[in-house]
Amino acid sequence: MFNKFTRNILLTPFLIWAGLFIFVPLIFIVWYGVTDYDGNFSLGNIGLIFERGYLDALKLSVELALISTVACLLLAYPLCLILTERQRDNTTIISLLFILPLWMNSLLSTMAWQTILEHNGIINQFMKLLDLPTFHMINTEGAIVLGMVYNFLPYMVLPLFISLSKIDRSILEAAQDLGANSWQKFFRVILPLTLPGAISGITMVFIPALTTFVISALLGGGKLLLIGNIIEQEFTFQYDWHVGCALSVILMIFIILNMLLTTAFDPMKEAGDEH
Amino acid sequence: MKRELIHLENIAKSFGNLLVLDEIDLSIYESEFITLLGPSGCGKTTMLRIIGGFEMPDTGRVIFDGKDITNLPPNRRPINTVFQKYSLFSHMNVEENISFGPKIAGKSADYIRDKVKYALKLVNLEGYEKHDVTRLSGGQQQRIAIARAVVNEPKVLLLDEPLSALDLKLRRNMRRELVRINKETGITFIFVTHDQEEALSMSDRVVVMNQGYIQQVGTPENVYNEPENAFVADFIGDSNIIDGVMVRDKVVRIFGREYPCVDSGFPEECPVDVQIRPEDIKLAAPLEGAFNGVVTRVVFWGMSYDINVEADGFEWLVQSTTGRTVGEKVSLHVAPENIQIMSKPQSEDEEVAKDN
Repeated sequence: MFNKFTRNILLTPFLIWAGLFIFVPLIFIVWYGVTDYDGNFSLGNIGLIFERGYLDALKLSVELALISTVACLLLAYPLCLILTERQRDNTTIISLLFILPLWMNSLLSTMAWQTILEHNGIINQFMKLLDLPTFHMINTEGAIVLGMVYNFLPYMVLPLFISLSKIDRSILEAAQDLGANSWQKFFRVILPLTLPGAISGITMVFIPALTTFVISALLGGGKLLLIGNIIEQEFTFQYDWHVGCALSVILMIFIILNMLLTTAFDPMKEAGDEH
Repeated sequence: MKRELIHLENIAKSFGNLLVLDEIDLSIYESEFITLLGPSGCGKTTMLRIIGGFEMPDTGRVIFDGKDITNLPPNRRPINTVFQKYSLFSHMNVEENISFGPKIAGKSADYIRDKVKYALKLVNLEGYEKHDVTRLSGGQQQRIAIARAVVNEPKVLLLDEPLSALDLKLRRNMRRELVRINKETGITFIFVTHDQEEALSMSDRVVVMNQGYIQQVGTPENVYNEPENAFVADFIGDSNIIDGVMVRDKVVRIFGREYPCVDSGFPEECPVDVQIRPEDIKLAAPLEGAFNGVVTRVVFWGMSYDINVEADGFEWLVQSTTGRTVGEKVSLHVAPENIQIMSKPQSEDEEVAKDN
């Protein structure tokens, strides 16, 4: 479409942006991470991750992010399957329903969950009203997972919905025609054809879930620390940029690993393409 | 007569307010090649989908081999489909596509390997097991779609306009192939098309449909030579359709003149549609034939000429191997056995021909 020269000119603003605001800060983070206060090279900050508190936070972060991602996947598939069945009638309303939660500030919606789950929150007050036993919900791992699923589900639903609606109806009819029942149709045809969508969904849920500190701070009550909370503390309370950056670098390594792993499982480079 | 395999019993189907099929009654026999022919929107594809189990009829039943299968889902019918868009599984290679059905049926690996080989041989694509289906040509994809269906040894194969996406030469070739596969496997073929040439050249029987009704069922020769109504006559091949009146048995009045024909059984003075095929009209010198006229247009088609002749205020279409010149005075001659008498429809859509 464009010749090489105009293409380069058009690319320049982005390249400048990327260099100044992505690449340079990244170098700073890595540089802070591998130096000490005196500016000498040191792996001591990175090595801190093997100390108990940090390692536990990292383990808990990976664990909860994984659970949330799986939960999103399990919720999104049936939802998208039902929606694509009905898609023909009202696609716009459905897309709006997916995107609407994204318009709401995630901090606000997480605080709303706080008031719902609190000891004297909406659920427990309702239980008391009926003279039923109350639950301990806030400040648990379950509450954090709930917050993550609530906030990140749209990021799973969208790519999955798109890749599902790309599958021609006659492909599904062909599977049924050849004897497949609904489960066989799902596992042998729908799942493999929507894998690219699922993989981008997994990435889009897993990474924010792994790095979040707002959800864990509000729904974990400062008792359950995720790696995101620790990094935040290093910067805002300890003023130790070196440790904070070192932990960020480690987190980045995990994210890159996740992306490498998911692309390795991707059987096709193009999503659900039939031709 | 052959054994009846499928019986459609008084089937009707609407989508919303739109009636797509009505009063469908049809017997389909074992191993035959039957074609559902009609213009788009005539209900032929819906009828195929009802047989396949992809649509439920509003009323009526689908009887398969004596059993009512109206409510059986597609995966439990001994019927397979070749879809218009081939609908191959793009995430599987040729072998995996073909073995999809047998694998689900729980067949052994040895059996599947042999069957895939046999199916590929049947469609002339031996050795293509490991090929990527998305890299195959349209014709090859269509063959794989046929192999994928036939490998399950269905009693019936449904083909939904399977040749429409192929180019002319490939289409001709595939016609012969499909007839061969039908004869070789003994599977009943139910073929849907809007192409009358396809229907006539491949089928044992043709079901002509229009506006959701069956217009006529018969052999290709039968529906071509003895159409039961003006729609069939007009849809299949070219026709001159003239308003006429049956004077008595074997005599019809066209343009005020009594003319001998071979049909009988109509009431006296009954208005009828008279059909004469353009290739059945002989051009003769003026006054020699029954109708005198003037040549108004000549089109050369290679094999023959299409010649328009105006006579008695009617524009006749004549096909002849010898050309004429515009303005030439000619007369038309038709042998009595080439005059086809058809009863007039009661209303335009609701003419339902009887199964014969």
